[in-house]
Amino acid sequence: MSHAVSHDLNAPSAKLNYLNAGYGLRSWLLTRDHKRIALLYLISVTVFFFIGGIMAMLMRLELLTPEGDLLQADTYNRVFSMHGISMVFFFLIPAIPAVLGNFLVPLMIGAKDLAFPRINLLSWYLYVFGGAFTLWAMINGGVDTGWTFYTPLSTHYAQGQVMMAALGVFISGFSSILTGLNFIVTIHRMRAPGMTWVRLPLFIWSHYATSLIMVLGTPVVAVTILMVAAERALHLGLFDPRLGGDPVLFQHLFWFYSHPAVYIMVLPAMGVVSELIAAFSRKPIFGYKVMAIAVLAIAVLGFLVWGHHMFVSGQSIYASTVFSLLTMLVAIPSAVKVFNWTATLYEGSVSWETPMLYALGFIGLFTIGGLTGVMIGTLGIDIHLHDTYFIVAHFHYVMVGGTIMAYLGGLHYWWPKITGRLYRAFWAKISAMLVFVGFNLTFFPQFILGYMGMPRRYWSYAPEFQVLNVLSTAGASILGIGYLLPAIYFTWSMRYGEKAGDNPWGAVGLEWQTSSPPPTFNFDEIPVVTHDAYDYHDQRPTNAAKGESALV
Amino acid sequence: MSNPAPIPASAAAGAHHASHPALQHQFDSLAQQKESSSLGMWVFLVTEVMFFGGLFLTYVLYRLRFPGVFAEASHHLNVPMGALNTAVLICSSLTMALAIFAAQTNRKKAIVPWLLATIGLGATFLVVKAFEYKEKFTHHLVPGPHFDLSQFSPDHARPAEMFFSLYFVMTGIHALHMIIGIGLLSWLVVQARKGRFDSSYYNPLEMSGLYWHFVDIVWIFLFPLLYLLGYHAR
Amino acid sequence: MSEHEPSLKPYILVFLALMVLTAATVLVAKFDLGAANDVAALMIAATKATLVVLFFMHVKYGTRMTKLTVLGSLLWLGLLIGVTTMDYASRRLSDEVRGAPYEAPGLELAGQLGDSAQAPVASAPAPDAPHDR
Repeated sequence: MSHAVSHDLNAPSAKLNYLNAGYGLRSWLLTRDHKRIALLYLISVTVFFFIGGIMAMLMRLELLTPEGDLLQADTYNRVFSMHGISMVFFFLIPAIPAVLGNFLVPLMIGAKDLAFPRINLLSWYLYVFGGAFTLWAMINGGVDTGWTFYTPLSTHYAQGQVMMAALGVFISGFSSILTGLNFIVTIHRMRAPGMTWVRLPLFIWSHYATSLIMVLGTPVVAVTILMVAAERALHLGLFDPRLGGDPVLFQHLFWFYSHPAVYIMVLPAMGVVSELIAAFSRKPIFGYKVMAIAVLAIAVLGFLVWGHHMFVSGQSIYASTVFSLLTMLVAIPSAVKVFNWTATLYEGSVSWETPMLYALGFIGLFTIGGLTGVMIGTLGIDIHLHDTYFIVAHFHYVMVGGTIMAYLGGLHYWWPKITGRLYRAFWAKISAMLVFVGFNLTFFPQFILGYMGMPRRYWSYAPEFQVLNVLSTAGASILGIGYLLPAIYFTWSMRYGEKAGDNPWGAVGLEWQTSSPPPTFNFDEIPVVTHDAYDYHDQRPTNAAKGESALV
Repeated sequence: MSNPAPIPASAAAGAHHASHPALQHQFDSLAQQKESSSLGMWVFLVTEVMFFGGLFLTYVLYRLRFPGVFAEASHHLNVPMGALNTAVLICSSLTMALAIFAAQTNRKKAIVPWLLATIGLGATFLVVKAFEYKEKFTHHLVPGPHFDLSQFSPDHARPAEMFFSLYFVMTGIHALHMIIGIGLLSWLVVQARKGRFDSSYYNPLEMSGLYWHFVDIVWIFLFPLLYLLGYHAR
Repeated sequence: MSEHEPSLKPYILVFLALMVLTAATVLVAKFDLGAANDVAALMIAATKATLVVLFFMHVKYGTRMTKLTVLGSLLWLGLLIGVTTMDYASRRLSDEVRGAPYEAPGLELAGQLGDSAQAPVASAPAPDAPHDR
């Protein structure tokens, strides 16, 4: 393959970059370049996103009518389980860290690559391997345990391919652990000269916090899944009440990871949004240090609240009270972030580019998701709302309204950097609108449904719930179109898109100082950093002209 | 494992310093590389702590729930063999440390023998463990349909089965870690034979050593928890 | 790590200490000391682990970052065990307040389960009391 780079190809840009540095399949599948691995992840998480999306459409179609007419009860159970497993473990958790994080962490800190490029490639293979197991399980009958694999359902009673699905999740967990490990070491040891901790972009801070959660939490769920597998396959008794075991212990171990996992999904999203808000307000982020501390505080506090998933499962009420209280505490740093983003907008020169639309959408939807989280974190209210559609709506507002909005916003923002091409802004804005409207139409009715008492995870429901369910399904179809559009215009732009130039948004940040797409080792010369992150002061003609620059 | 193309590293790596053959492209210096792999290894060990932590938590909670049962069940474990294995592992930790010491002090010839000694001790541990497992099989102490409940007082039989479930899961996962460790050490032997390690570069030795010692520490806790609590009541 | 002069002596001393402590833990376990048995076993194990970490794993001469990582892992392990135990430790108290025990305490449960069938049964297994709300 060396000849591929030694002489210039017919590419219009003479500059060598990571995309034209080699063309064979081998050059992709054996690459150690973090940027190429990010693209490999982009393709694979998109596959799982659409698999999970198809499952979601099936569920919404079934719920169009109160009767179980499209799917049978058992099939419906499998469909929502596979929706949850693909979306949570194979899309939401890796989406931002493994795609955008992988691409941007070294670029943003001025490094040539991640600290362990081979381990980075290994973690992609583990992801694919785990994904293959889970796909196999889906094709061969699926599982009906829900994504939570609660015992004793998963260990003794569930039909289907529980072992295979669990093994898939177990393996992909190691992919997540290795990504986190790689980020931690990279952020500690590979920063460019002058890139001090207080100059790191908030994207990096949030990925650092996320990595801590990945490293500290994922092993616990890994060993828990292993115990479930041992109980199911080898007839060992670890959570089995007949031997005196406690299924609630499984829930403790499971949520010790799976609650912080929500922060694995949403912290990187917060990082992305911080970048977008600063870039499209042309202002430094308001309260940078507080924002960095808030990210770490969320990561730490996020580990102390897992019991709020177990208020009605036999946990002691004293523990529940403590967990409820701690849950309220997480709201503080989260609210600080929302306030600071809005404060950043104030007096900024806001431009309504596509990524900004997504970022603003994120702030609104995340606020609703977060506030309803406070509601259901309250002991008394949760007893009423537990296992209803209110919960479903709440976590979709956080994970879809939060994570996916930010993920798409980030993709739209860095796409010119990743591919060197521009997409059609018109279509992108249309799709951003469709996603926002479709999302709210899908999930807002579910808050009402849940409050009225419609339980989650059933294939049929009482007839009085139908109107809201039809609204929700209608919203889901709009949302589906909103998600399909980017897939089309992004693909189109890779070939036909306009050349982006190195810095189409006029943004600051090291990733914009190198060429688009970046060369294999990211920078022709390792940059020396002399400014804080979001150094937008010079680029604020509006406020300066008004003579208000003193009021930052 | 070749990257797309052997791009001349000089542009990115800076041609200022003559690079060590073991220096990887993403690092500027051997020191940075060493610091990075050390931090990486420690972070990996953190994940191991949490991994085993889930098991230890399960053990602790069930032991608090059934103290008498767990004491009675532990009487079916072979304390001399467990103690022997503890000693074997401590010896292997010493030989591992000595292998690294040999590299640090540039006594290259001593590295391989110490590594081989470590592998031998690790294998001894596994052999003893295998004998213990065999004993459990012949005594029908393996959880599942063939578990012999009649060996315990009737009140204790089912939670005793849970004790043995925990015993097999915990020691089994520990043994798996030992096997992986032996694999790592064997690779190190090959590398050391090629003369890769000396006082200027012995990073892989140091990192594998950390792993090996960690596995030793897990056993240091497993031995008293599984074998000794309740020993006096035999 | 390279600042300190490597020397053989600490390795040998630590090794001897570990061997002595192993013998001690077996010996102590032979006597019935009540709860002190458990405490002694765990204290000795913790001492041994600390020796291994400090000397064999070179943390004593390691960077601040290494020490922080070790402490962090212990903190999080403590958090996992401590917070979960918080639930189990307050279950009995919680049951009294609720007036409906979620589970029978330890040994009685074992007795009640002792004569149940070995093979998985098809009916619901959990002796779970209904929620009281």
